[in-house]
Amino acid sequence: MLSRVADCIYWLNRYLERADNIARFVQVNTHLMLDTSILGDDAVWRALVEITGDHDNFLKRYGTYTEDNVKQFLTFDVNNPNSILESITRARDNARFVSETITSEMWECINRLYLYLESVAHQDQQSFSHEFYEHIKLSNHLFIGLTHATMSHNEAWHFSRLGRKIERADKTSRLLDVSYFLLLAEGEQTRQALHVMHWAALLKSASALEMYLKKYHLIEHHHVVEFLLFDKHFPRSVSHCLRGLESSLLAIFEQTGRGQAPLAYVDNLLTLFTQVTVDDVLGMGLHAFIDNIQTALNNVHDATIATYCYLEES
Amino acid sequence: MDFTNYKSEEFFDEFFNATGEVRSLVKPLVDRINSLSKDELKTRQEAANAMFMTLGITFGVYGEQKAQEKIFPFDIIPRVISSSEWLHIEKGLQQRITALNLFIQDVYNDEKIFKDGVVPRELVMSAKSYLPVMKGFTPPNKVWIPITGIDLVRDADGTIYVLEDNLRCPSGISYVLANRSIVKKSFPNALKTMRVSAVDDYCLQLYSTLNALRPNRDCPNSIALLTPGVYNSAYYEHAFLAKQMGIDLAEGSDFKVIDDIVMMRKTHGFERVDVIYRRVDDDYLDPRVFREDSMLGIPGLMASYLKGNVALANAPGAGIADDKAVYAYVPQMIKYYLDEEPILPNVPTHICDEPKSRDYVINNLDKMVVKATNLAGGYGMLMGHQASQKERDEFKQAILANPRNYIAQPRLNLSRVPTIVEQTIEGRHVDFRPYILYGDDLYVLPGGLTRVALVKDSLVVNSSQGGGSKDTWVLKS
Repeated sequence: MLSRVADCIYWLNRYLERADNIARFVQVNTHLMLDTSILGDDAVWRALVEITGDHDNFLKRYGTYTEDNVKQFLTFDVNNPNSILESITRARDNARFVSETITSEMWECINRLYLYLESVAHQDQQSFSHEFYEHIKLSNHLFIGLTHATMSHNEAWHFSRLGRKIERADKTSRLLDVSYFLLLAEGEQTRQALHVMHWAALLKSASALEMYLKKYHLIEHHHVVEFLLFDKHFPRSVSHCLRGLESSLLAIFEQTGRGQAPLAYVDNLLTLFTQVTVDDVLGMGLHAFIDNIQTALNNVHDATIATYCYLEES
Repeated sequence: MDFTNYKSEEFFDEFFNATGEVRSLVKPLVDRINSLSKDELKTRQEAANAMFMTLGITFGVYGEQKAQEKIFPFDIIPRVISSSEWLHIEKGLQQRITALNLFIQDVYNDEKIFKDGVVPRELVMSAKSYLPVMKGFTPPNKVWIPITGIDLVRDADGTIYVLEDNLRCPSGISYVLANRSIVKKSFPNALKTMRVSAVDDYCLQLYSTLNALRPNRDCPNSIALLTPGVYNSAYYEHAFLAKQMGIDLAEGSDFKVIDDIVMMRKTHGFERVDVIYRRVDDDYLDPRVFREDSMLGIPGLMASYLKGNVALANAPGAGIADDKAVYAYVPQMIKYYLDEEPILPNVPTHICDEPKSRDYVINNLDKMVVKATNLAGGYGMLMGHQASQKERDEFKQAILANPRNYIAQPRLNLSRVPTIVEQTIEGRHVDFRPYILYGDDLYVLPGGLTRVALVKDSLVVNSSQGGGSKDTWVLKS
């Protein structure tokens, strides 16, 4: 396939996954804040901005971490390249670039989502309602379903999966990093019930609570870390995402005869994952471990783009 | 909303005859519309508009602000063409395209038509669309114009004329297909009862046409569509056609010419291309040969093309035959090359470069439609009867300064088709663009784009000038 098209499909899916994650984070936080919180409001909302990695941009223009400020910043802010509005606009731009490669069903799905978002963004009173975020998430799930069911699982499909998985691994690991630090620092002295509620919220932010409970039944922080990092079956765990990356990179390698570099980065990371346990990770420090993951994911990204999207005459 | 108060006035109406009776070919449709409740027609129109939006059949209006997206106006009441009239049109188009293609081959090779004094050499050589680089070249299968669209109009007396030939990158075919798929939801029963010809197989025919151009059919490589990119107003069409044919939609930067072979940048490496359906104008095609500042083209493309390593549709330089002054000579070309009488007449055309014609035009500007020979899309045009004295004076000066650049034609009273206008149905002027494919043989799609001037009394149907479109129903015999 065309290199440019591969690049666009990859980004199209990264942007959609990003919007989906942010919608879920905001939704979960909003619910959490309705209950008594052990943390200050602004600590929780601040954490959300930190997960996206955009707090410099936020501080410059908003100053304080109020609920309204953070929601505006993450949802409709056109000067935040990672806001839901901007992510979906970019996803849709990319979809337009490759509308001959994706199916009409997929294009119409993302186009409808964009038109909906535009109409909400241009209302006098912008809506941060539960229904709004729900709509973003459901449309994204519909898109994933359409990708799965209407498109050949060909090279283009594998590039879309790469975008999904790498973005998801990135977001799950950041979510864990920021929240773990926040909850551990302030949580130990507080009442157990509230503490558990926050860990539950963390799991919900990764759509993981129900599947976690099926496996562990009780909420313990090292189990939460284990589940989100190492679970083999949960589709948002970092490990699961890495296996997805590996299998799609292999499929693309078979098609194109190229791609040793990104595959090597993924395999190194996967090897690391088989060698360490959650106790090792917590022993060495979760933050340092997640830093490693983030660096490796960046390497996978760079190597993928360099291999397939910037072709030089040999 | 129905036809109770509908007036044909003094125009040829495609739905009603001179005495106001409904023409038999459209009767089932008129009955259907009359039977709809008051708001139902409007509801169906709004549903159609919403569908265009959802399908993303839009074009960007780019200004300083964020790009706005709009849909081309569409009217759900179709235009209908009888089977017998269609046969006449089809034959006329095949004849015309055959002659035009022979003319282009002749102009760039033997120049017999000049030597025999049928078409003045100077008129052709002075056209901006003449490309000296094509001199001596013969494209695959001797077909210069595989993909064309010809603009037809019907005058007050019912005669169908050829208004313009579009031999470069005629657009609009995706609207023909989209309009039909939407009208299938607006008038499903009438469509079936009236036995309307299907248009769905255009893209298969188009692919076959492109396939016929391959330099080597035994070991086929890729076919690609070259688009100027997402900011082009016809981008939707480019993506649509590429998708329907399953070919790559590529931009100039997706290509690289290596040793005079055109390659595409693919994830597995460089891949050779056989045929490029290019929707980029000649001027921008190759910065090494044409405009140096072009970012849309492929450097080195022409060298590869002239060596026969890649085929282009349509061939560069084909625009010489749709120059608006050269147009005046098409009837003579038909007689010269085919020894036949033209089936579809030209609109009488005054070439301002010829002194007698120029004087006549300048003295009768208020009765004329003046067109710049090198512009399209309704630009550089004077509608003499509606223009102010100031505008006419400006055109007079422009014609005198550069007569080669202008032609003039008498104003035709384009026929009208009933059109939804706010809460009523009124007659609006239309033209018609059928699409022709010239591959292993000549194929005319039984349908086409009916463009409608939505502004009351306007005769200009171009989308840039307030025009919209309608579906066109060609009835089966």
